[in-house]
Amino acid sequence: MEKIISVQNLTKVYDMGVVKVHALRGIDLDIHIGEFAAIMGSSGSGKSTFMNIVGCLDLPTEGDYFLDGKDVSKLDKDQLARTRNLKIGFVFQTYNLLSRTSALENVELPLLYNPSIRAKERKERAMQSLEMVGLADWHHHYPNQLSGGQQQRVAIARALVNNPVIILADEPTGNLDTRTSYEVMGIFQELNEKGMTIALVTHEPDISQLASRNINFRDGRINKEVIVEKIRNAREELAKLPVEEDY
Amino acid sequence: MKILNLFIVAYRSLNKNKVRSLLTMLGIIIGVASVIAMLAIGQGSRDSIEAQISNLGTNVIMLFPGASFRGGVASAAGEAQSIDMDDVNAIRDNCPSVKYISPVARSSGQIIAGNNNWNSQVYGVYPEYMDIRAIEISDGEMFSEVDEKRSAKVCIIGTTVVENLFDEYTDPIGQKIRIRNIPFTIIGIQKEKGGSSMGSDQDDIIYAPYSTVQKRMRGGTSTNVQQIYLSALSEKHIDKAEEEIDKLLRERKKLSLYEDPPYNIRTQSEITEMFTSTSDTMIVLLASIASISLIVGGIGIMNIMLVSVTERTREIGLRMAVGARGRDILRQFLLEAVLLSLIGGLIGAGGGIGVSRLLVSVMNWPATVTSYSIILAFAFAFIIGVFFGWYPARKAALLIPMDALRYE
Repeated sequence: MEKIISVQNLTKVYDMGVVKVHALRGIDLDIHIGEFAAIMGSSGSGKSTFMNIVGCLDLPTEGDYFLDGKDVSKLDKDQLARTRNLKIGFVFQTYNLLSRTSALENVELPLLYNPSIRAKERKERAMQSLEMVGLADWHHHYPNQLSGGQQQRVAIARALVNNPVIILADEPTGNLDTRTSYEVMGIFQELNEKGMTIALVTHEPDISQLASRNINFRDGRINKEVIVEKIRNAREELAKLPVEEDY
Repeated sequence: MKILNLFIVAYRSLNKNKVRSLLTMLGIIIGVASVIAMLAIGQGSRDSIEAQISNLGTNVIMLFPGASFRGGVASAAGEAQSIDMDDVNAIRDNCPSVKYISPVARSSGQIIAGNNNWNSQVYGVYPEYMDIRAIEISDGEMFSEVDEKRSAKVCIIGTTVVENLFDEYTDPIGQKIRIRNIPFTIIGIQKEKGGSSMGSDQDDIIYAPYSTVQKRMRGGTSTNVQQIYLSALSEKHIDKAEEEIDKLLRERKKLSLYEDPPYNIRTQSEITEMFTSTSDTMIVLLASIASISLIVGGIGIMNIMLVSVTERTREIGLRMAVGARGRDILRQFLLEAVLLSLIGGLIGAGGGIGVSRLLVSVMNWPATVTSYSIILAFAFAFIIGVFFGWYPARKAALLIPMDALRYE
């Protein structure tokens, strides 16, 4: 199977002057096309550093990183920016939407940095992305007019808009209640069913059971890898939740 | 990043914070408006001075005998008897760049017409004087060469003199007046000229043939000349004419090139320069005060942009995460600063023109808005935008995306 992410002996050392912090101590990992990987680990385990390097926001001290078959460990800043633009879709815990900017314009953002997209195509693709997350009717709303779950869905639409090879989600449900978490995870599962490769960082074991594979980080190394035998379905989980009449 | 997208991005950010954008622009608006208004006031006063000096005539050159020293006591300039009628004739015959020449004999005295009397200046001039000084006759006609030769007792009078000697039902043409008891016939009226830059009334004047004034009023057989007015063939010939006159007079007076001549030659441009240099100093002063406010406006832009970079750190991190390069961020923030200063410049230019119009219509000040002042103020605003926008933009571009994304 084709590897979207392939890292060998990935090492990251932060030189803090007096001390050297070994954030990653040799990671070997492949994520294949169509996989839904959940990355787990306590804080300080190196998972954030790993996600930064995988997300082309940072470069490894040592080791190789192939993204979509290309060696990206030796790219310069501009090439990294271009790679982020075309190959990676980010979803953040705090959504990171631009305030006082409509959902549509937020989704358009990555396309503005892609020189091969024309204005008309930009609008169309942003609308398509919003449709995929079920928010086409909300395209002119500002983030402060949307619920947390809706904001995260806009963020997912933004991640999708440039047709990335992988979506990297950093605790996307961290700020959401259980119900909305399952809704958002449902969208991830749906995208995964359509063939999108997803890597997601989470603390919650419940959420990790919705992914196809769990990777556990500890002290800069992978200490456990589990293929999830029985992947739970987010929509079914949602249906099982007691209906809260308050809403 | 495409230029168009850059504009979209910058426009959206500015549009998002309309009030802040407007307040940031305020400094530039006021700066540009005051630069334009100040330059307009300076230019206006310069223009009015120039207009008054051009009232002197066209391509005018003046020649005065210098002050004479008798036993160490200086007399008034023009009293030296160093230029005479022979010099006038010599200049007329030998200086090809001189178009017209007229000696001037000044006198003054009581003028009587019927029961009215008035005191005015009497200028004895050649008919050409009218061409040199661009004086027009509104009624009647100018005296002629023949009148000059015969020392005819005819005169042209200014409108102030008319008002003081005649009631509105009398046609002054053909009337007899007595100037210092010498009877003159009025043959023409000078078209109204108004006050001069020096505050004198240019319509309170009488012109008569030179020979008449010289012989009958200055009571002389003397051929010395008080003052000579000349005009050059064209503006380009002024310097040449001045040179020719000086050379000729030096020859006639047997002076070497290094001796101070007993006469002064003044051209119109020298006189203009003398007066406009004051207003030029004023223009520079006013404009520099105004540009200080423009610079303060620029610092305001830098201030806001710096705050904006800090406040929008997460936004910058996000933009970088979704594919903006450092230079895209640099360009965006620089463009925002430049757009602020250019739009501010545009509004300021409108304001400056408005203020200048207001000065003209309400305060009656001479204020002329020149296109160069608008271009200057605009270019200055643009440079300030780039200059003060650069530092914050660079600061934004150098942010590290991961850190920026996590900035609280």
